[in-house]
Amino acid sequence: MYELLIGLRADPLATPFQFVYLAAFISLPLHGSPAVSLQSLLFAVFAIGAIASAIATITRKNPVASAMTLVAHFFMLTGLYLTLDAQFVAAVQVLVYAGAIMVLVVFVIMLLNVGRESQATGGRPIRTTLGTLLAVLLVGMISVTLAARPTGLNQLAANATTIGTTEAIGQSLFTTYLFPFEAVSLLLLAALIGAVILAKRHVQEG
Amino acid sequence: MLPTSIPLDYYLILSALLFVTGVIGVVTRRNAIVIFMSLELMLNAVNLSLVAFSSFLGDTAGQMFVFFIMAVAAAEAAVGLAIVLSLFRNKQTVYVDEVNIMKW
Repeated sequence: MYELLIGLRADPLATPFQFVYLAAFISLPLHGSPAVSLQSLLFAVFAIGAIASAIATITRKNPVASAMTLVAHFFMLTGLYLTLDAQFVAAVQVLVYAGAIMVLVVFVIMLLNVGRESQATGGRPIRTTLGTLLAVLLVGMISVTLAARPTGLNQLAANATTIGTTEAIGQSLFTTYLFPFEAVSLLLLAALIGAVILAKRHVQEG
Repeated sequence: MLPTSIPLDYYLILSALLFVTGVIGVVTRRNAIVIFMSLELMLNAVNLSLVAFSSFLGDTAGQMFVFFIMAVAAAEAAVGLAIVLSLFRNKQTVYVDEVNIMKW
């Protein structure tokens, strides 16, 4: 326990997640085993949370429940990004996905007054079965490939903490990636105009 | 038990699982808004593997891609939900199996 607390203080991620870590430590039967690092424990917590909330998102019949579990999923991914030392992406994930995009989705659900579905899936059952089988095949293929040829990368790069900062992201955004940045701003403008035209009540003919 | 540091493969398998969850959502659900949310799940799964590669290889490129994917996802959200809105206005439904005018 003492070594764990020392490790906790040495780890830069420790401060925001101290309570999660301690709660997980108490709930897991770790006694007698070597100290589990903060990164791996947080990975386990957030990975299980991410998978559980993703499954909840696609199985709930009430779309508002789907939206709320999707917000939880985005927060779990934020945690995973923090275990990867990608602070800027983690912040943008909360701002853009859990904030802006989900507000839009919930707004449309409320506007259209979509209620609970009597049946979640529709169409021919063969399509559902086939699609699910293909999806499972995909994850099987990736797992088999990774098992046969592991990437061999077992820990984060030495400069991982410096490349994820706002400073480093901003540096390359306004130098190397300046043209894509301008292009994406144009795309957002086009999408904005397109959305307004599509959602307009009366589109004049001719 | 868990290893002391998580290898890249774990993140990639997690990302594959989340992507497949999204695929199953798109294939099986009939509510257009839920299909839309499943698309977001797939985009986020790809983002996770990009960030994982970026951090494990020590290269900013992966995180830049995630930044641009988020911008495209925001544009897609705006246009996609506007389409759902005008679909509802014309057909009074958001269920994709009831929209079959272009079905052969």
